[in-house]
Amino acid sequence: MNHLLEVKDLEVKFALRFGGLTAIDGVSFTLDKRERLGIVGESGAGKSVTGFAIINLLSKPGYISAGKILFEGRELNRLSEEEMRKIRGNRISMIFQDPMMTLNPVLTISTQMVETVLAHKNVSKADALDLSLEKLKKVYIPSPEKRLSQYPHECSGGMRQRIVVAIALLTNPSLIIADEPSTALDVTIQAGIMDLLLELCETGDMGLILITHDLAVVSQVTEKIAVMYAGKIVEAGSTDAVIHDPKHPYTQGLIKALPGSLQPGSRLYQIPGMMPTLTDIPQGCSFHPRCTISDTVCQNEVPPLISVSNHDRMVACHMVK
Amino acid sequence: MKAWNRFKSSYLLYSFKRDPLAILSFSVLSVLVVICILAPVLTPYNTYDTATFDIMDAETPPAWMEDGSKSFILGTDIQGRDLLSTMIYGLRVSLLIGVGAVLLQSFVGILVGLFSGYLGGKLDSFLMRITDIQFSIPYLIVAIFTSAIFKLAFGVGRYAELAVPLLIIIIGVSHWPIYARTVRASVLGEKNKEYVEAARVIGISRWQIMFRHVLPNTLTPVLVISTIQVAEAVMSEAALSFLGLGMPVTKPSLGSLIRSGFEYIFSGSWWITLFPGVLLVIFILVILLLGDWLRDVLNPKLYKG
Amino acid sequence: MFAFIIRRIIQAIFVMLIISLVGFMIQHNIGDPIRDLVGERVTPAEREVIRDQLGLNDPFYTQYFRFVIKACKGDLGLSFFYKKPALEVIASKAPATIELVIVTALILIVVSIPAGIYAAIYPKSWFSRIVMAASTVGVAIPVFLTAIALIYLFAVELNWLPSYGRGETVNLWGWESGFFTWDGLKHLVLPSASLSSIMLPLFIRLVRAEMMEVLETEYIKFAWAKGLHRQRVWYVHAFKNTLLPVITVFGVQLGILFAFTILTETVFNWHGMGFMFLEAVERSDTSLLVAYLVVVGVIFVVVNTVVDIVYGFVNPMVRIAGTK
Repeated sequence: MNHLLEVKDLEVKFALRFGGLTAIDGVSFTLDKRERLGIVGESGAGKSVTGFAIINLLSKPGYISAGKILFEGRELNRLSEEEMRKIRGNRISMIFQDPMMTLNPVLTISTQMVETVLAHKNVSKADALDLSLEKLKKVYIPSPEKRLSQYPHECSGGMRQRIVVAIALLTNPSLIIADEPSTALDVTIQAGIMDLLLELCETGDMGLILITHDLAVVSQVTEKIAVMYAGKIVEAGSTDAVIHDPKHPYTQGLIKALPGSLQPGSRLYQIPGMMPTLTDIPQGCSFHPRCTISDTVCQNEVPPLISVSNHDRMVACHMVK
Repeated sequence: MKAWNRFKSSYLLYSFKRDPLAILSFSVLSVLVVICILAPVLTPYNTYDTATFDIMDAETPPAWMEDGSKSFILGTDIQGRDLLSTMIYGLRVSLLIGVGAVLLQSFVGILVGLFSGYLGGKLDSFLMRITDIQFSIPYLIVAIFTSAIFKLAFGVGRYAELAVPLLIIIIGVSHWPIYARTVRASVLGEKNKEYVEAARVIGISRWQIMFRHVLPNTLTPVLVISTIQVAEAVMSEAALSFLGLGMPVTKPSLGSLIRSGFEYIFSGSWWITLFPGVLLVIFILVILLLGDWLRDVLNPKLYKG
Repeated sequence: MFAFIIRRIIQAIFVMLIISLVGFMIQHNIGDPIRDLVGERVTPAEREVIRDQLGLNDPFYTQYFRFVIKACKGDLGLSFFYKKPALEVIASKAPATIELVIVTALILIVVSIPAGIYAAIYPKSWFSRIVMAASTVGVAIPVFLTAIALIYLFAVELNWLPSYGRGETVNLWGWESGFFTWDGLKHLVLPSASLSSIMLPLFIRLVRAEMMEVLETEYIKFAWAKGLHRQRVWYVHAFKNTLLPVITVFGVQLGILFAFTILTETVFNWHGMGFMFLEAVERSDTSLLVAYLVVVGVIFVVVNTVVDIVYGFVNPMVRIAGTK
């Protein structure tokens, strides 16, 4: 079956002076057209790195050490820099976390939008401007003509993020990767952006990878979910199923920690311990030191990600059958 | 003894031993300083004594060249003085002025920074205003203008006589703002620490707190700056002497030597300019390198010069 | 924006008054205006009369006020040596220095910006390492030594370029310019190269540091993620942000360059303002000295103010916020 995006056994390492660190250790997942996948986990779990790895935009000492990334049938990690450039911002668009930092403060909105169009399509500047206006309207920005001549700091936070989304849409990409798109925004604005993304995916024929640590947001927007821990996927399946019936102890802990799942007045739950840093990943199952149900086998063998039951669910845990 | 042991096992010494550039710079600098101190003993000639040289020897090339003479290894200058000896004495004067000036500027700057930072208020704004204005003008320019004014005020003769102390004052007065700023920043940081509050609660006087408690803690940045400032002072003195606003030709520093040599560069006596020039650059370079190393070791965020 | 400009101008005027005060105090206390006017052979009694006539026995403030008024009208006293108004002497020497500074500024811009940007984009290349090492060593070499070395190499040994003077100049409405003859231009090369060597290390490092910082920002990463061409990311997105702090530093340094001409003009026998300054010291020409101080001070303040205002126009964030 031809998936839109297929990631197979992806490994990302950081080459540092005293040796290499493995940030992503054998991650695999697929995404089909119009599917919405959420990649969830704590900070440092490797979610953002996955996103950057897909479009080969890893920060300097990082590099893809193994694995394949197939997009529309092409192997992305084998492409030349120029071929990759043609895909970035064109077939795959990325939305970053903080819109104030994402937009260049000294260039107007219209410059930043028009240049994206002109980098990928052979059209006139006027056409590019029209296209920009169209997309600004699509993300419900009021008085879009005014916005075009403004600078980023003249717009509010929510507006800026919508503009970033509009930029992502300019070339009608097949896939949008959104890296913590609402984390830097107010809760109310957050909801608006998430609604917008949902609507755009449904009407626009696009796939979405939503990278976030916020389970609430993920349940609102995505259909599939992959939970990452210390560089590996520990549980994957349909969003509804995973959230209502988590099988991996880590996922269970995450769900339990949500304020909504508790009785009012009771203590908030916290998974004991902390996620290990890249330099200190435990042997065997990387979660075992914090796990309530771990056994000797967990300390020695890395649990493989395998299907359990028959609902498209994958779990990486020795204790789950 | 305890202090020596502490030093021996300190991080400072550890990273020094592992940095070849620091070791090299330090060695070269030590050699130069020792030579300067032992100048009267080491040099073949005493260049301040007019009886020891003869104008007929002027412009002799270095010993290894044609026309050179064994008695003048690096040749002679335009007055017939042995270049090597004159260079050593010149370096000595430069070093003396450099260190003297730094002592003066640090004294003034530290006081200003301490008072400004600790006492705050109107005094602080006023002192900082002055510091900022002077800081915005490059040291050398202030030094040049100041020395010009002094020269006018004292007259050429007296100026030459009093050259060394005057230069120390001139360079000291032009370069103090950096000390004031740095110390003030440190003091502002220390002011809010608990030991200061504790001292205040006990009832120790303001002055005691300022000088005996806060000041010692602000001295690390001062040390870092001081090395680099010595290099700056030496460069300033060289520039002033080169312009004729510094050491006179009778008691030349490296800058004055270069000045006198310059006029003869067209007639081919290149050594009068080259050797003092090379010595000056080496001297300044090793001080700067050591200063850079010291800054990196003690605190990399400190002095962005 | 308007408020911003007004505020800067008021600040500038304030600093200029301070400069004039310093200048006046120097003139007041050092040097002998009587001697400047009538020479040495005057009896003490006659001196007193002349002092009264010149208003030299008036209170400090009155004299200072007079000084400022006269200065605004362009009268900064008489040069003892030249027997002409100080300002006139300075004006005649100014073109030489201004042309020198212009060429130096051009060299600085043309060399440091590309070098700095290249060193930032390819920090591990041979070129970058050599440039960085050279700028570290360059700081230790006083400018007059660089000048002498340049002269020795290009004028004495190779004989490609002249080593002193301005060469042939063309007189355009009173402005002696060296720009219009080959000879004049050749004479400009070594002096401006020496003068630029004072600031070249600083600028290259500055451009490099700023560019490197900019290249690490989120918006540059986003520009890459949008699939823009490399040239566009470097020269449009990164460059403009790098340029802003560089412009402010450049402006300040431009004013300082005027003062540093003192060091280079002597070496090249370049008869500009710096050369005149040193001559004035040699000749104890107090009025000329004070006039120089005031003029250079004013140039410095004006250049700084103009640069600040230009920066306000170029940086959109300052424009809207009003003040910075």
